[in-house]
Amino acid sequence: MGYPHAPHPKETVVLSKYFGEPEARTYAGWVARGGYQGLEQVIGMDRGAIIDLVKASGLRGRGGAGFPAGLKWSFMPTEKRKPHYLCCNADESEPGTFKDREIMRWTPHQLIEGCAIAAYAIQADVTYIYIRGEFTDAYAIMERALAEAYEHGVLGPKAKGPLRDMQMYLHRGAGAYICGEETALMNSIEGRRGNPRIKPPFPAAAGVFGMPTTVNNVETLAAVPHIILRGADWYKGLCRSNPRSTGTKLLSVCGHVRRPGNYEVEMGFPLKDLLYDLCGGMRAGHELKAVIPGGSSVPMLSRDEAEACLLDYEGVVEQGSMLGSGGVIVFDDSVDIVYQVMRLARFYAHESCAQCTQCREGTAWTVRILQRILAGEGETRDLDLLLDVADNMTGKTICVLSDSCAAPVVSGIKKFRSEFEAYLHGARRPAVAVG
Amino acid sequence: MSPELVTLTIEGVQVSVPKGTTILEAAKQAGVLIPHYCYHPGLPVAGVCRMCLVEVEGAPKLQIGCSATVVAGQVVHVQSDEARKARQGVLEFLLINHPLDCPICDQAGECELQDYVFQEGRARTRYTPTFAKRFNPVEDFGPDILYVANRCILCTRCVRFMEHVADEPVLNVSERGDRAFIGIHPGRELDHAWAGNVVDLCPVGSLLSKETLHSARAWELDKSAGICTGCSQGCNVHLDTRNNVVVRLRPRVNAAVNRFYMCDHGRHEYRWLNRGDRVEAPLVGGVAPLAATDWDHALARAAELLRGVSGPLVGVASPGASTEALFLLKRLLDAKGGRGVFAVRREAGERSLAGVPNLALREERAPNATAARMLEFEEVESVEAALRGAAAVVVLDDQLHGVEAIGAGAVIYLGTTLPAAAREASIVLPITNVAEEDGTFVNRDGRVQRYQQAKSGPGMARPAWWVLAELLREMGLGEGFAGAAEVFAALADGESSFDGLSYPSLGFVGRAVSGEVEMAR
Repeated sequence: MGYPHAPHPKETVVLSKYFGEPEARTYAGWVARGGYQGLEQVIGMDRGAIIDLVKASGLRGRGGAGFPAGLKWSFMPTEKRKPHYLCCNADESEPGTFKDREIMRWTPHQLIEGCAIAAYAIQADVTYIYIRGEFTDAYAIMERALAEAYEHGVLGPKAKGPLRDMQMYLHRGAGAYICGEETALMNSIEGRRGNPRIKPPFPAAAGVFGMPTTVNNVETLAAVPHIILRGADWYKGLCRSNPRSTGTKLLSVCGHVRRPGNYEVEMGFPLKDLLYDLCGGMRAGHELKAVIPGGSSVPMLSRDEAEACLLDYEGVVEQGSMLGSGGVIVFDDSVDIVYQVMRLARFYAHESCAQCTQCREGTAWTVRILQRILAGEGETRDLDLLLDVADNMTGKTICVLSDSCAAPVVSGIKKFRSEFEAYLHGARRPAVAVG
Repeated sequence: MSPELVTLTIEGVQVSVPKGTTILEAAKQAGVLIPHYCYHPGLPVAGVCRMCLVEVEGAPKLQIGCSATVVAGQVVHVQSDEARKARQGVLEFLLINHPLDCPICDQAGECELQDYVFQEGRARTRYTPTFAKRFNPVEDFGPDILYVANRCILCTRCVRFMEHVADEPVLNVSERGDRAFIGIHPGRELDHAWAGNVVDLCPVGSLLSKETLHSARAWELDKSAGICTGCSQGCNVHLDTRNNVVVRLRPRVNAAVNRFYMCDHGRHEYRWLNRGDRVEAPLVGGVAPLAATDWDHALARAAELLRGVSGPLVGVASPGASTEALFLLKRLLDAKGGRGVFAVRREAGERSLAGVPNLALREERAPNATAARMLEFEEVESVEAALRGAAAVVVLDDQLHGVEAIGAGAVIYLGTTLPAAAREASIVLPITNVAEEDGTFVNRDGRVQRYQQAKSGPGMARPAWWVLAELLREMGLGEGFAGAAEVFAALADGESSFDGLSYPSLGFVGRAVSGEVEMAR
């Protein structure tokens, strides 16, 4: 549902069904809504069968990369020689994305249930739910829910069966964007500086504390109980376009629409309908200019591309961007694209962990060039320079933060070159309050 | 069992390397240098500088050579357009915040940033001169180390050395993004006994030794292979000299002894090599005060003196003398029925380097006591006591600590300098110090290691082996030798534990003597 709005008939509410209902946060309220049945059902089930079920459902990682969740679980050693870990990535720090926060705020038990099922499937002894430090509200709610879960024997000493030995901890981040990158997240949990690690080794081989680890996004894990209960075929059926993208997706829409918020739709839902129908369209007197469809790290779409775009992993790629985390940032015609690009680049320059040369130096340099252009002091060659710097920053670093900084720059220049040139040729007055 | 080999092609050269080798190390086997900064064979891989990006045929992205391991049949291109552009990009990025103060930077001339930019960087920067560069003040990290943050390229070699090798993680990366710098734990200093290695590890001029600050330009230095004289460990070093003055010591790689490192004590053990108060000519005394003379006269007098000795003869050897000199002194003592002794300075407490097995600043603070023991010199607590009752004394560069006056009638002192107690000597023969001669030391594990002459000796000073050989010849007890190598050959002939060793076979990494070695205490 489009909390804080009333549900829209075109939405397919699965994860967000109980958003806005405070009782759903409590154990009793959640059980009354059918909660923890999925968990009950998997206990005693063959672990391989659970993984196969998730594989068959087509569930893909909702954190951004879209990696098939069941396949990821199957990378975990089946014969357990060391402790296994599950990390739930709740460090939702991608600008424009706020779906995980709402899942945790309204349906904490949905996440706990999903974590418990996943942990059971991959034989994890310990689950860490790594919550973004700024999410104080969500943290408090999760903390209460987790205490209740222990109290009611969902897991821990009061639980029956294999969940007795399972532990689940909340771990708060300290404000670094990069800690949402899975290997940096693991370093952070270990108490180290949140720097991404080189892969290989991959987490399933050597993750947190050097042990086999799976890292899943909140939304991915929250979908698992539903798949267990209602079956892979049902989940696969939630698909409007490409059969490789299944289920529902929570889309966080922000920017210049009349009703921003979270919307849950089937994969393959047209972006056009999302913007003009569910979100109520643009403000009066304004037109759509551009959309960043998957959180700030992905290339932006021009109006034409956005209006032709189908919201699933393949559909957005077809238009030259990525579904990413599903953070839809909408720009109307009042937006200065050059300023927006600078603002995004500045974010990445600030958040670079400083490990890789290209990212540490390139992000900051990109910002300086953009600021110079905005100040009316740019030169014609600056655009080519920006593109070449972006090329040197793409695909050459440990993680993709550097690529994320380059993406809006490249797409911005490619699709809105005239706006950049307006600054360069003096046709546009220097923007105020740069920096 | 030999390890499984993997064959691949790097820059058109086919190499076979053990499975698990990184592309960067495999490239070295192929004679190809893949430029790199953060990678160091003695440190855990960080993979952060991204300089060693290479193209691997079939891979979707460039790979970092320091971390990617070889795959059979792989074809690697180091100089492909894509790889070159990537590295050029890295160099350009690194120079954004790097001050071009090479003219006043100690590292210039041996700076990896300078070298690679010269080799494959862009001719001109595209960074606008009006953009400010990151600025941080120079920081004093510890007794001998300065951190010039502005030059830092954040390769983290120093951080990893302190954490993983020294096991004292006082350094870190502070801040993020382009504001990042190397930080030090509050209230701590970089004063670990092996901390000086971070200066060598630093690929740029960011970590500097105060000891050698602004003392020489790298290209003015002559480099010779040496052995550290600081203790019995026998770390291999480079002796860097300028205008006949030793300017600094740096570790020289030897996988069997010190790997890439040396301790700060050893590093600073070079000033005495430049002493100005040297004996520069043979001195003959006796009844009259010591007076300079020539070698022929001095050696003739010394031989005469020794021939006439009727009482006990004692030879005092320095455990810092070359094996060659010790061997010839032993010959002399054996011929005359003398007793050879040596005293060695000890300091309590080894200072080990955690990450390298069997590497420490040892308690025994002399480089060649093992050889003295092998040649049957007797270790004494007090030289003074050993000298009591001697009719004649031959001293080989011992500083005669605790000796007020040598009572013996005949005293021949072979020395680099003239300590007070030696002023009464009948004859003083000037010898060269370790930087001024070729020779060998035997370390505490029985490894014989060569050192090279790095500078010329003062005045008429000659190597101790030459002086002793000439003295023996003068006395009709042996032949002269044309060089240290010949003395060593005679040693290998005469002493069974040195059997089979020779200068060529030692090379500059050394070899272990045969049989058990009496370990240093």
